[in-house]
Amino acid sequence: MLVSTVLVLFMTLPGLALFYAGLVRAKNVLSVLMHCVAVASLVSVIWYAFAYSLAFTPGTQWLGDLSQLFLLGVDRNAVHPGTTIPDTVYIMYQMTFAIITPGLIIGAYVERIKFGAVLLFSGLWLVVVYVPVAHWVWGGGWLATMGVKDYAGGIVVHTTAGISALVVAMALGKRDGFPHQLHPPHAPWIVAVGAAMLWVGWFGFNAGSALTAGGDAGMAMLVTHMAAAVASLTWMAIEWLRFGKPSLVGTVTGTVAGLATITPACGFVGPLGALVIGVVSAAICYVMVQLVKVRFTVDDSLDVFAVHGVGGMTGTLLTAILMPVALGGVGYGEGVTMGSQFGVQLTGVVAAGAWSAVASYILIKLTQALVGLRVQRDAETQGLDLSSHGEAGYNVAFGGTSQ
Amino acid sequence: MKFIVAIIQPYRLDVVREALNELGISGLTVSEVRGYGRQRGHKEVYRGAEYAISYVPKLKLEIAVDDEKSDEVAETILRTARSGKIGDGKIFIFDLQSVARIRTGETGSQAL
Repeated sequence: MLVSTVLVLFMTLPGLALFYAGLVRAKNVLSVLMHCVAVASLVSVIWYAFAYSLAFTPGTQWLGDLSQLFLLGVDRNAVHPGTTIPDTVYIMYQMTFAIITPGLIIGAYVERIKFGAVLLFSGLWLVVVYVPVAHWVWGGGWLATMGVKDYAGGIVVHTTAGISALVVAMALGKRDGFPHQLHPPHAPWIVAVGAAMLWVGWFGFNAGSALTAGGDAGMAMLVTHMAAAVASLTWMAIEWLRFGKPSLVGTVTGTVAGLATITPACGFVGPLGALVIGVVSAAICYVMVQLVKVRFTVDDSLDVFAVHGVGGMTGTLLTAILMPVALGGVGYGEGVTMGSQFGVQLTGVVAAGAWSAVASYILIKLTQALVGLRVQRDAETQGLDLSSHGEAGYNVAFGGTSQ
Repeated sequence: MKFIVAIIQPYRLDVVREALNELGISGLTVSEVRGYGRQRGHKEVYRGAEYAISYVPKLKLEIAVDDEKSDEVAETILRTARSGKIGDGKIFIFDLQSVARIRTGETGSQAL
């Protein structure tokens, strides 16, 4: 579990940070890295102070209690109930999930948001959206009682982050020049490096969610890898057929789509299920990227909703369909059918999605009222690296900066 | 003396330089530039979405030569930089008023 915890933190720092940093323009590369580091640090402190307690103590069906405020009641040698791992490791492991979730939302608001708004919104969002949903699904809340299956965060992480990303992107508005006059990703190779780190880190995320090394963790690792590989090939094939050239950025986006989609399912399906998830995830996320950007013209800049949100929701629903023993899955509980499980999964997605949408809307409006959302237009044109942080990502000759 | 500026496809540089060396030109300055001509840039696809690239990467060559060599140099660039496809670039030729070699202070043709 120590290794899994490290791997999941590695997904955000530097995996996700690089994945996003390569996708933006050169003048905003540092701001994105800054967002990731700052959000990770901020979430860690809030987690320690009270968020862990609210999410993972029994409390009520809706929320935990404050019995572990500042982790004061945590004994060095305590074993987390129902597991064989120390409480301290469980707290750290769950913290890394709490870090990456608001981290994912960063992709929706890059290149134009005020830094203060990033901090305020992320902190509020962790407490108001992530904490309750984590409690509902993983902390013994009402969705857990209902029997919802979310092994590693299709609902808790990807649905919440994806839906919230869409809401935030709409509230914030489009970047200057979106959609037709934008510059392409400044460093596709950094995108690929980040995606590769996400791929590796995801084993900690998914297999680690078994909370013990054994058969379940092993199968979770196997299906996670299969889904990622199949989804990469699928996205690559789509681009190859449609544009005549398979692109690197597209292929690794397929990787991430496959990983996000297998996340809720990875403890319940077999390799055959992973194959289906791989194909479906890449195809559906590909279509959604086009729909969101081109048809709806929402500037969810790095496709958080289309890739993570849609992937997480799709995977959560597919879990119900791909669980049967005949397909290599773990089978249904007593008295549970595919139909009833699907209903429970749908309830989970809709409830978490609706809560994320409503709460994110209120929180982003609150953030707007308190500190404002967007930088000045000139600052946006200059790039957030210099205008918000006073640093340049690439210092070239003459002391100038590259655009 | 003439001053020749040529905008070429970056991947043609090696061929052009070799041919110019054979002609015995005395110097060449190359810079990476971006711009567009009649076709107004091109499109690139990322995650299935098309991005309009208004300024296409090119190389700019700058060569100063004696009058009698000017046509030969221009013709060599014309021949070696050509791929026949859109975006092969342009050649501009200017009259060159004066030249000075900074190290020695020589001027005119001797300074080339």
